Amino acid sequence: MTENEIKDKVVEILKPYVRNTDNLGSVSNSTHIITDLEVNSSRLVDVILAFEDEFDIEVSDEEADKVQTIGDAVAMIKAKI
Amino acid sequence: MLKRVVITGLGVVAPGANNVSEFSRLLREGRSAITRQEDMAEAGFNSQVAGSPTGYMENLDQYFTSEELLAVNDLMVLTSRAAIDAWKDAGLEVPDRKSDHVHWDTGAILGTHLGALDTVNTKLLPNVQAGKIRRIGSSAVEQIMLSSLSAKVGGLLALGNQVSTNSSACTTSSEAIIMSYLRIRHGLANRMVAGGAEGRNIFNWAGFDAMRVLSSKFNETPEKASRPLSATAGGFVPGAGAGVVILEDLETAQKRGATIYAEIIGTALNSGGHRMGGSMTAPNPISVQRAITDAVKAAGIKAADIDYINGHFTGTFADPYEIANWSTALQIEPSELPPVNATKSVIGHTLAAAGSIETVGLLTQMKEGFLHASLNAEDLHEKILPYEKSIVRERRDADIRIAAKSSFGFGDVNGVMIFRKFEKQE
Repeated sequence: MTENEIKDKVVEILKPYVRNTDNLGSVSNSTHIITDLEVNSSRLVDVILAFEDEFDIEVSDEEADKVQTIGDAVAMIKAKI
Repeated sequence: MLKRVVITGLGVVAPGANNVSEFSRLLREGRSAITRQEDMAEAGFNSQVAGSPTGYMENLDQYFTSEELLAVNDLMVLTSRAAIDAWKDAGLEVPDRKSDHVHWDTGAILGTHLGALDTVNTKLLPNVQAGKIRRIGSSAVEQIMLSSLSAKVGGLLALGNQVSTNSSACTTSSEAIIMSYLRIRHGLANRMVAGGAEGRNIFNWAGFDAMRVLSSKFNETPEKASRPLSATAGGFVPGAGAGVVILEDLETAQKRGATIYAEIIGTALNSGGHRMGGSMTAPNPISVQRAITDAVKAAGIKAADIDYINGHFTGTFADPYEIANWSTALQIEPSELPPVNATKSVIGHTLAAAGSIETVGLLTQMKEGFLHASLNAEDLHEKILPYEKSIVRERRDADIRIAAKSSFGFGDVNGVMIFRKFEKQE
């Protein structure tokens, strides 16, 4: 799976949680999940569970804590699949 | 100085009705909303009929954002629909999610009896038992906390006054209205969103079936199953739904030109202490009579002023006692009791939601000038026969100026409210 394919899936998973949908149109690796997309921070727990299901991976709490941007998520997932 | 408190908005999701106009039509037409429930049959219930609202999970985008929909359950949807409908009915605007305006003068007391047992049993329990705590996800707490319903509505409507959930079994939502009334009456809030809800799931009903207090002899004829006041009543028909009213102090309501349904002129909340015949599951008759006389006294009216009683009548052994308590408390001969009907004959017993849904029904009848038929009461219980003239068995037009509503619950708890139609010149 290419980084772009992973990124598309990550964005798709995040979509229902995004409260600032205006910023969805210009998502890049540096897009911050909480500050730019306004995902409720407590919902990151559910987003990580969805990553695990989608990519068949396991994510520890420590690894989950480091995911702040789209790029962080893509890099973490790429290293595991 | 004590404030006068009026009702300016109504919202409901009931069996057979997803809004106030559908509910009004249901009551007016006297159609039973009780239907057969396959999930009760499959689970081995003795009773296989219920008042089960349908269609309320549709068009949810009118009530929630797609992000909010990820973290709401049945109970929260029922309550939010009724609350937002009531808010709009009161002529108030649903606040923008992005606006920081908070209604500091407005609160909510929204109660439930059994909470979100469906969420507990389908999301929490299996994951805990399987040792998969992480898999519970982030939204379990906000859905299973008992205050889930008031918290959700508080957020949707940007409420800044007291926002809490109460619980007193089947008295719950009447108690919520009464506590909200008192809060406004004492000047602690200008407006309250008040009522209650019970989710639609068989976990809520199973314990009652085990107690053998549900109607189980009419599984093939559901429309006959809910029979308050009847000699052949054999238990209540369980139901689900939500009823919400908007209460305001008179000045606040009049200042913004709100339409006023009625004024709450007297209320009473008490309990029977599980004494004098009362118990966890049966009301102390003296406490019921005291609740009635206290509410009438607070209202400053005479018993003869009451034009209509919307009773608690469930279709259990307690119905003959309730009607006798009304007669005794009001010191009125059985043949002189004001007209009485049982809304549960139409929609079943919606548990925590019963008091507020039936209050919406009472106010709808008051506004539209009719009394709905109490269904399946053709064969009155022998102890209710002396009251026969008062039982409304066919819909009729009625000028209801003062009406009383009673609710009783497990725990030997009682709530009574007296409403007076609001006259424009006041």
